[in-house]
Amino acid sequence: MTSFLTRRRFLSTTAGLAGAATLGGLGRPARASGELTVGFIYVGPRDDYGYNQAHAEGAAVVKAMEGVTVIEEENVAETQDVQQTMESMINFDGATLLFPTSFGYFDPHILKVAPNNPDVRFEHCGGLWSAGMPANVGSYFGYIGMGQYLNGIAAGHATKSKKIGFVAAKPIPQVLLNINSFLLGARSVDPTIECQVIFTGEWSMAVKEAEATNALADAGADVITCHVDGPKVVMETAAARDCFICGYHANQSVLAPEKYLTGAEWNWATVYTDMVKKTMAGEPIDNFVRGGLAEGFIKMSPLGPAVSDAARAQFEDTKARIMSGGFAVINGPMKDNAGNVVATEGQAFEESDVALESMGYLVEGVIGSTS
Amino acid sequence: MSGDIGLWAVPLAMVGGAIRVSTPFLFVSLGEVITERSGRINLGLEGTLVFGAMAGYALAYMTGSPWIGVLAAAGAGAAFGLLHGLLCSLPRVNDIAIGIALMLLGTGLAFFFGKAFIQPVAPDLPAINLGWWSDLPQVQAALRVNVLFIIGGLLAVALAWMLKRTRIGLTLRVVGDSSDAARALGIRPARVRILATGFGGALAGMGGAYLSLFYPGSWNEGISSGQGLIAVALVIFARWSPVNCFFAALLFGAAGALGPALQSVGVTSGYYLFYAAPFVLTLVVLIASSSKSGALTGAPRELSITK
Repeated sequence: MTSFLTRRRFLSTTAGLAGAATLGGLGRPARASGELTVGFIYVGPRDDYGYNQAHAEGAAVVKAMEGVTVIEEENVAETQDVQQTMESMINFDGATLLFPTSFGYFDPHILKVAPNNPDVRFEHCGGLWSAGMPANVGSYFGYIGMGQYLNGIAAGHATKSKKIGFVAAKPIPQVLLNINSFLLGARSVDPTIECQVIFTGEWSMAVKEAEATNALADAGADVITCHVDGPKVVMETAAARDCFICGYHANQSVLAPEKYLTGAEWNWATVYTDMVKKTMAGEPIDNFVRGGLAEGFIKMSPLGPAVSDAARAQFEDTKARIMSGGFAVINGPMKDNAGNVVATEGQAFEESDVALESMGYLVEGVIGSTS
Repeated sequence: MSGDIGLWAVPLAMVGGAIRVSTPFLFVSLGEVITERSGRINLGLEGTLVFGAMAGYALAYMTGSPWIGVLAAAGAGAAFGLLHGLLCSLPRVNDIAIGIALMLLGTGLAFFFGKAFIQPVAPDLPAINLGWWSDLPQVQAALRVNVLFIIGGLLAVALAWMLKRTRIGLTLRVVGDSSDAARALGIRPARVRILATGFGGALAGMGGAYLSLFYPGSWNEGISSGQGLIAVALVIFARWSPVNCFFAALLFGAAGALGPALQSVGVTSGYYLFYAAPFVLTLVVLIASSSKSGALTGAPRELSITK
């Protein structure tokens, strides 16, 4: 594997000066028609058993497509750095379709670079595109909360202490939806189950994640999942404490096959090949793309050996109901863990409801707080 | 038996955290004490730590023996230390600047060579279970003590004795306090400093191996959260005494465990504040222990920051 980091950083600074001198005379590299250069930008390493690996696996499928050149850069911070990376991918590599994959790339970085590059398509993972934003920007995401709901079902059957644990990075809507879904999945098995959440405050902080996992095990949690960028540390630490584990982002079963129940995984290959095909055919891509299990945006890890028959039956049954569409995790009447009503009697938020993407609460039964 | 231990979870987690998290701080700061006692500062230990973590993990994975990994990490660390020592012995070279350069070099090289080792699972270092007397799994988990932690504790005492009572210790202290006096005694300060920096690098490498081979026990590019830099500050905090380094490292480990532990017993708001506890603690102790006359008591006089 080659690292693009040094080369591109070097180019973007040195050649940036040269480019300024010729005032755009450099021009973009010419491309034969029917050929496309696609750029992927990751916030961490491509092989982190997690968020970035899930995207890189999708990129690898795109790489195999006819007439497509894929360029990648990893460890790009959610700062001015990503703007430079995008500019250099556009100006020096001739990329016309970009996938800057980290949440914090969207606002302000993509929104700032996109208007200056109207011929380039920016597709961002997880951002909330709304009318009025640049038309060459799009956002895509998957209903991964459904996967955490299914994780919760497996966890609900496996827990003996009736307490399950969640190591979370930051209290943003997607993370909160995952925590709530995990608990509500478990409560569909046994409504007395509680979920303890510990926020580490960082997307990737190995020692703190290990400490948080230990603290959950100390507090009596016996099934643990997480939402951090690289779940490897949480999975290994939890398995070492004799807890069952549910994966997230990618399949982590090889880390502890006996303890791994199942996992909520991204399936970005579906999304990426579709968008690349559309771009090559000159067809428009929607600015707001969402999908779940049914659309192949997410998938579940195969159930592990510790999953009981009863759990397997409920898991498969619920999965089928989610696949048929219209499934809602948040069903009224429901309160948050501070006692405020979040859904009234008869109110249900289906997986596709945009309101879920600005969730700011933890439901009753979750021990934790959002600040 | 998995009993609910209520609020006892907090002090227990802090004891456990102190033991689990402190070891890298301990090794890096012990190494830096020796380096600084000879009159040099090596700020590059963060890079050495990260490279040691990578080298240790890679070798442990390839050979199947975590101890070979620790040795490799120590060897790589010593190489970085010797390089720092040699470069700083050239005329008019600033040790702080070289340290920063080596920090970036060490991290960069570790990321470059470490790519292939993010996915594989290497064997862990063994732990000694000192919690056998308790039925509580929480206590047993907190008292699973790694061999390196014990080695670090013994090393702190041994180094303190060495500095105070042996010829090597005397040589180090003379070189650290006055190059001129050392030269008058027939000692070559440059050579002593190179060796002391090499030794410090070796210990920092071992601290890195602890990170990747025991806790949290895997190699990735985010493995260090600045332990190498904090440990350099701990040396000043510990007033250049190895035994104090041991307690300072324990204190830091315990303070770091406070945030997760409080959340686990239901104190859920304000966790960002609790995560700042180690740094607030440092400030408080530094302010409380400062005085106009004795602020740099114990500092080697040849250090570039005290000159």
